Amino acid sequence: MTALTVRGLRVSFDHPLGLVRAVDDVSFELPPNERFGLVGESGSGKSTMALAIMRMIRPPGHIDGGDILLGEKNLSILSAEEVRRTRLAGIAMVPQGSMNALNPVMRVGDQVADAMRDHGKRPDAIDDLMARVGLPAGTAEKYPHELSGGMKQRVCIAIAICLRPTVIIADEPTSALDVVVQRQVMRTLADVQKDLNAAILLIGHDMGLMAQFVDRLGVMYAGRLVEIAPIAEVVRRPRHPYTEMLIASLPSMDHKDALHGIPGLAPLLRDLPSGCAFHPRCPKAQDRCVSERPEAREVEGGVMVRCHFA
Amino acid sequence: MSLRVTAPLLQADRVSRTYGGGLLGVHTLALDEFSLSIGTGTPSVTAVVGESGSGKTTLARVLLGLTTPTSGAVRYRGEDINRLSREARRDYRTDIQAIFQDPYGVFNPFYRVDHVLTTPVRKFRLASSRAEGRELIEQALRTVGLRPEEILGRYPHQLSGGQRQRTMVARALLLKPKIIIADEPVSMVDASLRATILGSLRRLTDEFGISILYITHDLATAWQVSDNIIVMYRATAVEAGRAETVVKSPAHPYTRLLVGSIPRVSLNRDWLSTEPDAHRPDDRNAACRFADRCTSAMPECRIERPQLSRIGPQHAAACHLHREHAQLAAEDLNDVLA
Repeated sequence: MTALTVRGLRVSFDHPLGLVRAVDDVSFELPPNERFGLVGESGSGKSTMALAIMRMIRPPGHIDGGDILLGEKNLSILSAEEVRRTRLAGIAMVPQGSMNALNPVMRVGDQVADAMRDHGKRPDAIDDLMARVGLPAGTAEKYPHELSGGMKQRVCIAIAICLRPTVIIADEPTSALDVVVQRQVMRTLADVQKDLNAAILLIGHDMGLMAQFVDRLGVMYAGRLVEIAPIAEVVRRPRHPYTEMLIASLPSMDHKDALHGIPGLAPLLRDLPSGCAFHPRCPKAQDRCVSERPEAREVEGGVMVRCHFA
Repeated sequence: MSLRVTAPLLQADRVSRTYGGGLLGVHTLALDEFSLSIGTGTPSVTAVVGESGSGKTTLARVLLGLTTPTSGAVRYRGEDINRLSREARRDYRTDIQAIFQDPYGVFNPFYRVDHVLTTPVRKFRLASSRAEGRELIEQALRTVGLRPEEILGRYPHQLSGGQRQRTMVARALLLKPKIIIADEPVSMVDASLRATILGSLRRLTDEFGISILYITHDLATAWQVSDNIIVMYRATAVEAGRAETVVKSPAHPYTRLLVGSIPRVSLNRDWLSTEPDAHRPDDRNAACRFADRCTSAMPECRIERPQLSRIGPQHAAACHLHREHAQLAAEDLNDVLA
């Protein structure tokens, strides 16, 4: 059984100039224990998708199609109260900015306890939970301002795992941390994930982090998944030109050469280019890419790609 | 006739800065007798790399005159920046420009983007007419790879993070500065845009002769754009030299830790499993400030603070592992920079 199944998910926002589709027909599955990465530029829809999976899209946004299955439970048809009870207990999120996610006037241990109490669980073993995410004894008594960025992010991980969810969504959990702390926090995340047998959905834009952390990778562009592949396939042979350019834009530590940004800008979602949305920026684009939208295709190596020429 | 030695354009001269005090009287040392000259010799990009709390942002703020040193001085053309005449102060404000981290916070959301560009033109009387000012602005935008018609007349929220940050580079460029101090200019934009922004910064050095102090926590981008790298750790420089040397043959255990911590796009997945960092809280107050995390710590690291030693023509590190090399006085840091 899969831990999380997303099928044909669509999320739109009402805009004075018409409907803006931020997530368009996205499907993927996460088996238990898998680490799945999701990359894309700002505005590609990756964070919107994370919010949609948590059923946290607020008006003017709305989910207008597709299913989100947590195990066998269909989150998309649950009532607001049922969803609230499922969050944290079944699916939890480690937020992007841990510094803003914690209450500044409340001891961090109490914040973990609060989360547990809210779900009808006795808040015991808080110190044990803190130790599991690598925080020294006594951290529970501290206030957020007394902790470093890495420690705050660990507190957020502690909150996320306190009810032993089966899916953890981590939205750029280390983007504000330096590399040394990043590695420590990611290792903690990997440890607790193994411990819980949970699946992780890691959202970000650092291909280096993805290459080292996830088992499979999904690449989003303009609201659609343009490639899903085992991470070794992505590293060895990225199939979509956009994936290739994402990797090339990362500063290499092996050779120094001109920095390759991806030319052009991410398209406006309310005014997408015809055919393949990536064609104006794609070095391999042909006439066909302007007129015909590529459908998802399976190619060798367990890779799904939306490109006419992959 | 007296011999005149030209003073460096901008110089931190044994600058220290402590924060705190307050009720508990706990002082944090952010910068410890730090010396550096910028804008001497060939224009170059020098990266200052360090983690949060290393003092790198304090260094930027001190050089920009936004933070007053607790001791030591910042000099512009040899004069303490706090004692500049009105004219010299105006020159200092023109010659030294800043680019900050947050491309969202620097814009006033109620004004069009044009406002951040027209203000310096007006205040520094860069143009004699409105048309000339407009031409100047358009030229600056084109230099950083932006199309003026896509930027001017818009509000900040209508631009992407990359466009906003490049607009700030264009603003700095308007004043034809000699030095740009860029504090984490790309940490809040996408990886794919970082390359583009840093590329336009690099061009300012190569084509306009502007020296850049690039302050960052990201060693990988530092290496890509810089000629020199200074690695800071808890208020001092622990390693400095040519970018190539510092990254390819790091001499200080902290630099080695940094280089080894960068996740790479590779089939070799050893990033999560390796444990390069020691953890000895007891050594938190050892003489060497890195001793509590150092895998090579020796007894002398607890007693004696390592000084910079010159381990190559353009390479220095402050570590007892390299004590056999001649010492380099902290104020001579520039000797190992290109």
